Amino acid sequence: MRPSVRVAHLYPDYLNIYADRGNIAVLDRRASWRGFDLEVSAIGLGDEIVPGAHDLYYVGGGQDREQLLVAPDLVAKAEPLREAVVAGGAALLAVCGGYQLLGRGYRGLHGEDMPGAGLLPLETVAGERRMIGDVLLECELVPGRRTTLAGFENHAGRTMLDPGATPLGRVVAGFGNDGASGYEGCVLGRAVGTYLHGPLLPRNPWLADWLLAQALAHREGGNPPELEPLPDALEAQAHDVSSARARARGGLP
Amino acid sequence: MLLSAEILAARGVASLSRLLGRGAGMTVPGKLLSKLDPGAIDRLAARLPQGVALVSATNGKTTASAMAAEILRPRFRLAHNRSGANLVSGVASTLLAAPEAELGLLEVDEAALPEVIRRVRPRAVCLANLFRDQLDRYGELELVAGRWREAVTQLAGDAVLVVNGDDPQVGALADGHARSVVFGLDDPRVARPALQHAADSKHCIRCGAPYEYRAAYVGHLGDYRCPRCGHSRPPLDVVARSIELHGLERASFELATADGARRIDLPVPGLYNVYNALAAAALARALGATLDEVVAGLERFSAAFGRFERIDVDGKTILMLLIKNPAGANEAVRTLVDGGAPRVAVVALNDAIADGRDVSWIWDVDFEPLLDGLETLVATGDRAAELGLRFKYGGLAEDAVELDPALDSALDRGLELTPVGGELVVLPTYTAMLALQRLVADRGLAKRYWERVA
Repeated sequence: MRPSVRVAHLYPDYLNIYADRGNIAVLDRRASWRGFDLEVSAIGLGDEIVPGAHDLYYVGGGQDREQLLVAPDLVAKAEPLREAVVAGGAALLAVCGGYQLLGRGYRGLHGEDMPGAGLLPLETVAGERRMIGDVLLECELVPGRRTTLAGFENHAGRTMLDPGATPLGRVVAGFGNDGASGYEGCVLGRAVGTYLHGPLLPRNPWLADWLLAQALAHREGGNPPELEPLPDALEAQAHDVSSARARARGGLP
Repeated sequence: MLLSAEILAARGVASLSRLLGRGAGMTVPGKLLSKLDPGAIDRLAARLPQGVALVSATNGKTTASAMAAEILRPRFRLAHNRSGANLVSGVASTLLAAPEAELGLLEVDEAALPEVIRRVRPRAVCLANLFRDQLDRYGELELVAGRWREAVTQLAGDAVLVVNGDDPQVGALADGHARSVVFGLDDPRVARPALQHAADSKHCIRCGAPYEYRAAYVGHLGDYRCPRCGHSRPPLDVVARSIELHGLERASFELATADGARRIDLPVPGLYNVYNALAAAALARALGATLDEVVAGLERFSAAFGRFERIDVDGKTILMLLIKNPAGANEAVRTLVDGGAPRVAVVALNDAIADGRDVSWIWDVDFEPLLDGLETLVATGDRAAELGLRFKYGGLAEDAVELDPALDSALDRGLELTPVGGELVVLPTYTAMLALQRLVADRGLAKRYWERVA
């Protein structure tokens, strides 16, 4: 019997615009189908982050207004969050607005800047045109194991990774981080940030399993375990439809 | 005033387009007219002796404006875009097609509202709600709300602004407007125990603190108050009280106004239709309808095309409810479950531009109440697999999900699983609804919608 995986869902009342609960539902079901539990706790404005208390952090996307409301609070949590994830090895998934907020910050078009937590090595500047549509990435999170991620992006921000930072994947079709670099997302240890929603995990179950394995490694120590495979025929079909949409849209515009 | 040659030419195109069977010929002439004569829509509107009234909302604009039309029809000859052609071109086509009309009664797309207000200079505008909807197309809720705030300042001083006070963003639009009417519900018995997951405007529009709800009715619509700065629901002028919901059949309520109260028995179900009826009643009153006319109009209303429709097929019934965004789909599910959860359901998810390319919204819908008693889900449409995943991860056994992207065979499968005398629930997105309508029309089961409009 495995111990339960403890998930901290940050600001679920504010950052939930692209069906973020779909990602949580996928983690939850895929854990329980393999005989372990997911304990999800909400961390809201003013709540404390205790390093070591959670194995996986989740930060979703929000509308501009909601992002601005949580940004100062997240900055105040930056130190313990960095300690938990970067030093402590907890897993993390940040999507869209959450991805931007975990960088050093967001520079608006008219000086309306938003500070970030500075956990991921990147920053974001506003662009004139929103980048909207289906996206397909090619990833290699585990060396030697190539996989694809299919999702949907909708962002005005252009995210620039610091030199030497690792992207989540190469853009096969769609815009990606900034519509120019050919890369999307950012990986730092067990932390993943990305613009891809859809939500992301239902049609990309391998990433859900990767996150669960990282979270189990944090909980139990040692290397991430190999999780028992699940029948994912429906997931594969949804992935194929989504990636066909992205391919029809073509490469970098 | 003589009609310009362009207007006559555009009318000709409308008939031609209908003859060729290209849809209802609803927007083609309007598009042509806008090209030939960009100022024509302004003049067509100015010609109407009783002026123009507009209805906009994320959810229910087609139904609310159809209800208002039913109330007002005995009083005025109407130019009304009943088929839902609600962009600038559709408005132009509607005005063009109704040369004898006295009053324009027009449903308008949320994004098109600012331009339509500028062009047709309405004497009344009814704004019923703002929910998140197709973020890839409309952008964030705040963006639409900002455009509405700007558009409302363009209204003539004597124009009547009818708003839903239960929606914090929409209710606030009436602040500072000389002639406004605020409507809302007042019956905590039909409130939800908690805000739904998909609730949108749940943080104070002034200070950002979470609102406290004395009653939450549909999504974020309700009786709210900010505990920090005190911003609260404005006083209501037109109110629904003593609401009774009767499953999938009908709903009734007491309509209270400054001029008295009347009991209304609506022939359509659901709390969201009580909101639609209130919007229609408040608007029609502002346009001169009597309370008697309001009651009579609402009680003879039948649902707008495809929004809620029963179609008889070989001794079985298809019950079709449009779903298009989380708030609207939640109400469809709630109404269905109130009428007894179905054993079989066909859910159709397309991702054309009119449906929204981004299908993530289905994960924000509370489909879970449907799962009790659901033996088979037929998932169909272009994104059937994604829909199947939504139900699988929502807790439906995977072998209860039947996947068939083709709408026609999916509908047949649903009917096959429905016993004679039974009812098959079909929940389609917009373009799937149109395709299903064509399908049943081609089988001779229902009339094409423009035949019914005519």
